[in-house]
Amino acid sequence: MGARVNSLNLSRNDYKALPTTLCKGCGHNSISNQIIAVAYELSLNQHDVIKLSGIGCSSKSPAYFLGRSHGFNALHGRMPAIATGATTVNRNLIAVGVSGDGDTGSIGLGQFKHMVRRNVPVVYIVENNGVYGLTKGQFSATADMGQQLKYAGVNELPPIDICLEALAADASFVARSFAGDAKQVRELLKAAISHKGTAVLDIISPCVTFNNHHTSTKSYDYGKEHQEVLQDLTYIPEYDPILIEEQEPGQVQTVELHDGSHLMLRKLDPEKHDPTDKLAAFRRLEEARLDGQFITGLIYVDEERPTLAETSHLIETPLVHLAEDKLRPPREALEKINNRLACCD
Amino acid sequence: MSNVQSSPLEELLDGQTPIVNDFQIMIATVNGSGSQTANTVLLRAMFRMGIPVSGKNIFPSNIQGLPTWYTIRVSKDGYIARREDYNILVAMNRDTIGEDIKYLAPGGICFYPEEWKIREDRDDIVYYAMPVKALVKEAAPDTPSKLVDYVANMVYVGAMTTILNISLDEIAFGLDYHFGGKEKPINMNMAVVRAAYEWAQDNLPKRDPFTVEPMDKTEGMLLLDGNSAGALGSVFGGVQMIAWYPITPSTSMVDAARDYLSKLRQDPETGQATYAVVQAEDEIGAIGMVIGAGWAGARAMTSTSGPGVSLMTEFAGLAYYAEVPAVIWNVQRMGPSTGLPTRTAQGDILSTYFLGHGDTRHIMLFPRDVFEAFECGWKAFDLAERLQTLIFVMSDLELGMNAWMSPPFEYPEVPMDRGKVLDANAVEAAGRFARYEDPDGDGIGYRTLPGTDHPLAGYFARGTGHNPQAVYSERPDDWVENMERLARKFETTRDMVPQPVIDTMDEAEIGIIAYGTTDACVFEARDQLLAEDVKTDYLRLRALPLNDTTRSFIEQHDRVYVVENNFDGQMASIIQMEYPELATRIISLAHSDGLPLAATWLTGAVLEQEQ
Repeated sequence: MGARVNSLNLSRNDYKALPTTLCKGCGHNSISNQIIAVAYELSLNQHDVIKLSGIGCSSKSPAYFLGRSHGFNALHGRMPAIATGATTVNRNLIAVGVSGDGDTGSIGLGQFKHMVRRNVPVVYIVENNGVYGLTKGQFSATADMGQQLKYAGVNELPPIDICLEALAADASFVARSFAGDAKQVRELLKAAISHKGTAVLDIISPCVTFNNHHTSTKSYDYGKEHQEVLQDLTYIPEYDPILIEEQEPGQVQTVELHDGSHLMLRKLDPEKHDPTDKLAAFRRLEEARLDGQFITGLIYVDEERPTLAETSHLIETPLVHLAEDKLRPPREALEKINNRLACCD
Repeated sequence: MSNVQSSPLEELLDGQTPIVNDFQIMIATVNGSGSQTANTVLLRAMFRMGIPVSGKNIFPSNIQGLPTWYTIRVSKDGYIARREDYNILVAMNRDTIGEDIKYLAPGGICFYPEEWKIREDRDDIVYYAMPVKALVKEAAPDTPSKLVDYVANMVYVGAMTTILNISLDEIAFGLDYHFGGKEKPINMNMAVVRAAYEWAQDNLPKRDPFTVEPMDKTEGMLLLDGNSAGALGSVFGGVQMIAWYPITPSTSMVDAARDYLSKLRQDPETGQATYAVVQAEDEIGAIGMVIGAGWAGARAMTSTSGPGVSLMTEFAGLAYYAEVPAVIWNVQRMGPSTGLPTRTAQGDILSTYFLGHGDTRHIMLFPRDVFEAFECGWKAFDLAERLQTLIFVMSDLELGMNAWMSPPFEYPEVPMDRGKVLDANAVEAAGRFARYEDPDGDGIGYRTLPGTDHPLAGYFARGTGHNPQAVYSERPDDWVENMERLARKFETTRDMVPQPVIDTMDEAEIGIIAYGTTDACVFEARDQLLAEDVKTDYLRLRALPLNDTTRSFIEQHDRVYVVENNFDGQMASIIQMEYPELATRIISLAHSDGLPLAATWLTGAVLEQEQ
């Protein structure tokens, strides 16, 4: 019996890349594995995907998944600009960006918020561990107040909440998950890939080396104990026959995504959270923060917000596919301008 | 012999023949008063009369209220450099009128508003008082109060038209051109021009020697600023993405690009854009977007000035090392720091050449005028994609924001050079792909673009150390090999960039090297030096890196003056660094005070050394 393959006749192994060089047990590796799983399950063409990252442990990880895709390891905190440029000139690309809490919450907070504000089409994953790993253990801007680290001492400042920042910048997709919850990460990833604008995915991803102390909210132990799941998510591509079986009237909320596929939210408590209600999203994030908890699931979504390509009124054809005759105006156009500038037309 | 003592003015003017088409006008106004319309109309009128002209705006970093000056040089010999003196003053700024009159050349003329009742205390100039308020009231009584100052400028246009014998028809044409044929403003302004013109005809007897006469030296020429020319060139270079952040003096380049793009680059079927212009949150964002777009296969550019380039430094290093094509226009202004944002300089030569950290060297182009600005606009993309690196076009405020005459722009005669790009078929045929190899020995590898449908086509672009397969590597030999290949690529560029232009004189012993907008100063100074019997050869650099043409030029001269508009003599340093064995032949003549270099300064500086 041969290996299992997807509709592109590719095995799961075909979606792998170089072996990871991150620490054993790092939450980031788990996320990389879910990206591989999702790309395999969705039968993504790897050449349609670009992998982007900034600088830091998280940002090394695109080398460890989708080995056939193009990738760009950018500068610290500047991946949003690379994503904006690449996706604007090629609308066909599916951009998967991997950032960290230092990369997004500190040095790159400005670029992050402006990318969100422009609604650049990118799956923007923040592998959030509240610590600078590559420089050996400084607090990041998402570190908990009062937290203690061997190297850095006590953190006296309140954390920046990536999801709140995204919401405040008018994000069209905000979700949070936990690296240890493989199933939820996969489901949110699928939803994010289907989303037409910026999909912010803040994934608590514990650092096993520098920030897995049980007092940290970004540790495995804390995560498992304090995770409050908002909804069970089942992502069902429209060609998938399982759709019918899963539907249960009255308990399922359907969000239509731009590609025609549907995201189904099974709420644990239907009164609890409506992901199209922005005020509720703010409130729940703030309440959870005050309670020392993190909510997971799809926190907010707005499929109507236009993307940067739409507000730029771009032609449907990717700009990079336009031939010279579409790019260089004809000789007569220059003659006309020359005449006009010589004021003798 | 007469006992009557003549005044200095009479002595100056006595027996003097008319000064035709050879003077400089200084128009002193208040920023935000709308004088730019009046000034460009005057400039264009004389240009249309066939007389070589150049217009330079010396303005403050301010929207309204501070003094601003506009100079129009009229030169039958075609000199377009700034003149240090001015012969005709239009004093429309009460705050500066004292100083403005003080520096007017002897024998010059001063137009000023009559109602200011200034003391005409210089006896070596001619004063022409104009009843500005009365003429505006009479000619355009319905002018809305907020526009009164604006149309008041038309009084000096009318008075000068009479005194200098400028064609009134050409003034009318200039207004029509300026307002794009809109009747209301044309008529309102023209009424004031006409009233002032007629008033001067009847009331202002000519007491000065300055006049213009039609010539045939501008036939077929056009008049434009360098930012617009560069933008237009970029559009004809097929630009696909512009990302930018506003900064003086580069902003009008993107304004012009947007304007041209909206007319020339809408898809005829859908009306949708075949380009994107994104105003970024800062220059770091701008350069990042441009590099992302260049990596994805687009012709992308940004336009900025020194402070913006500083912010782009880290990305410039990344693009150099990851080998991503893009074009950066540096419209230079005065630094260091905020410096003088509305004044010109060539002060970013060294910092741009080495922009980045570690070992980086960049390719730079130096347009000298709007014709070359247009050419650089499209050529920079060909070079960027061929060489897979950043191309810096080093303009400056003097070129970017001032009005220049130019022959008509030339349509690119070669197809767009997209460089070494492999598509899926090429990868399939090769059976392998490695991004940073050097199969052709010119240091330039082959690249694939995201979206290329082949399992071997993908690679990971990165600023970190990498091997030829673009895989992260910390091996010393991988690092050295890569740097050696980049050095090889840099050698390749030497003969690929626009080559220097040399102009010689018989028996010249000394050489001059200049670049960019200082060409206008050198062009005129060489004539002045020749008149002093100092013959010069001249090499104008059009790009960095240098090549053997420059080396042999230096070898052929005992003394080579490197002329530039900065304080430290930055290009002189680069030349001395490149050719240490010739370093003692290099004499730096660098000057920077915010203004374009004047020929008299250069002539004096060379004579001081040579005599």
